[in-house]
Amino acid sequence: MISASSPEPAPGRTKLAIRGLSMMFRGADAEVRVLEALDLDVREGEFVCILGPSGCGKSTLLNIVAGFLPPSSGTVRIDGEEVRGPDPRRIFVFQERGVFPWLTVEGNIGFGLGRLPKTERGKRIRHYVRLVGLEGFEKAYPHELSGGMKQRVEVARALAVDPDMLYLDEPFGALDSITRLEMRRELLRIWQAEKKTILFVTHDIEESVQLADRVVVLSARPARIRRIVEIDLPHPRDLSSRRYLELRDGIFEEIGLAHRV
Amino acid sequence: MTDPETKHRPAAPALASRLLPLAGIALLLLLWDLAIRFSRVPLLPGPLAVARAIGELAQKGFLFKHVVASLFRVTWGYLLAVAVGVPFGILLAWYRRGGLALAPLVEVVRPISALAWIPLAILWFGVGDLSSVFIIFVASVFPLAVASMSAVEGVSTTHWNAGRNFGLTPGEIARRVLLPAILPRLLVGLRLALGIAWLVVVAAEMIAVDSGLGFLIIDARNAGNRYDLVVAGMVLIGTIGLALDAAMRGIERLPALRWGYAANVSAEAA
Repeated sequence: MISASSPEPAPGRTKLAIRGLSMMFRGADAEVRVLEALDLDVREGEFVCILGPSGCGKSTLLNIVAGFLPPSSGTVRIDGEEVRGPDPRRIFVFQERGVFPWLTVEGNIGFGLGRLPKTERGKRIRHYVRLVGLEGFEKAYPHELSGGMKQRVEVARALAVDPDMLYLDEPFGALDSITRLEMRRELLRIWQAEKKTILFVTHDIEESVQLADRVVVLSARPARIRRIVEIDLPHPRDLSSRRYLELRDGIFEEIGLAHRV
Repeated sequence: MTDPETKHRPAAPALASRLLPLAGIALLLLLWDLAIRFSRVPLLPGPLAVARAIGELAQKGFLFKHVVASLFRVTWGYLLAVAVGVPFGILLAWYRRGGLALAPLVEVVRPISALAWIPLAILWFGVGDLSSVFIIFVASVFPLAVASMSAVEGVSTTHWNAGRNFGLTPGEIARRVLLPAILPRLLVGLRLALGIAWLVVVAAEMIAVDSGLGFLIIDARNAGNRYDLVVAGMVLIGTIGLALDAAMRGIERLPALRWGYAANVSAEAA
């Protein structure tokens, strides 16, 4: 799928290893179990979707992996090293809410580049502005942009620091369906061009089958891994092919949804 | 994949928004004048008498003196309050435990009217400028502390996390995330507190000072019932208060701060 012309190790090496991960929150009068004994390996350069019903704890899982939350038990290792906090090598892309409203498009994209010399910084900003198609909006503030454009600013800000992993938490959930499709195509293009390992949380079955190499299907709370579905379809994916529909319906069934409206 | 779809606000009808307030003021002055002319009892000097009184003050050089004296006290009391209240509020919110310990204290002291501090102010600072400045300080420092505290608490977790994610040191997070994030709310707090500081200037100048608009009002009544001067003082206080408020609103409209309003509106709509 991706040509292995990069100097990085060939795909197949384990990037992320989650072992026995559990999470509990102390509620008003009882402990709420959110994640239960999760084990998951993600290979370098892989695109993995975490799929589950709303409120099942998939965002919590992503926040733990990103180092924003310490788990109740279990470990998260990246490149063999235990995660103890957020790290600029792995950037979390929130929904569009993550852009800094007080900075322009340029300011946002350059946010993580404070340590670079000015000319290099400007060059990178220009590169990523072009990559996400925001030329002409460099000086615009987020409140002047549409939701899709803000989302692209966030993706560009994440990519600009050249991380080796991206964590995306339902990043396109707030967009209209046309923009959403466009953003998915963009993300795949960027993923193939920049060879990042991507962890993508969604509750949208179609989205997961369109994007991922593997879909990790979680159960309702407390979340356990129900099944991991290998999506053996080449990109660009034909959304009316028999295999696509087969995989999609398989997941629909797995989650227990009859897919009739 | 360029989409030129950007959001624009409808431009305010500039002329109408400028003329209508002026028309309102003109109407008020007219009604005031008519009411005075048709009433038999001298409840209030008319607008012309007040205008003449202001002219008289200006001619004798008192106008400038009183205005400057009041602004001087308010500036000092307010700046001291900003220097103490804003960092205090930010720290209370930043260090949760400190906040939990001290926030109730702030909430208890805050509703005590600044006027109640006058006896203590005189005890501590004697009669004079220092006491007036202290009253203005006390009146504005607690609203500022509370406004700063809630501004910090209003910073979204997403923005904190984004700042941490990019490997910023705590100092950088304070400067590049915290400060810009709280600025719009903080400015609203600063504006309201300036209003309060100006509001208590009359009370603060009752403490045996010999200048200022508050003194002018008390003095005009005591020395010969010059109610035209009393109302002139009131009009001046109102006008200067309006100008201060407008200046602060001007700062709030800077482009780097405009987002605060857009963000607040969408947060309320959500």
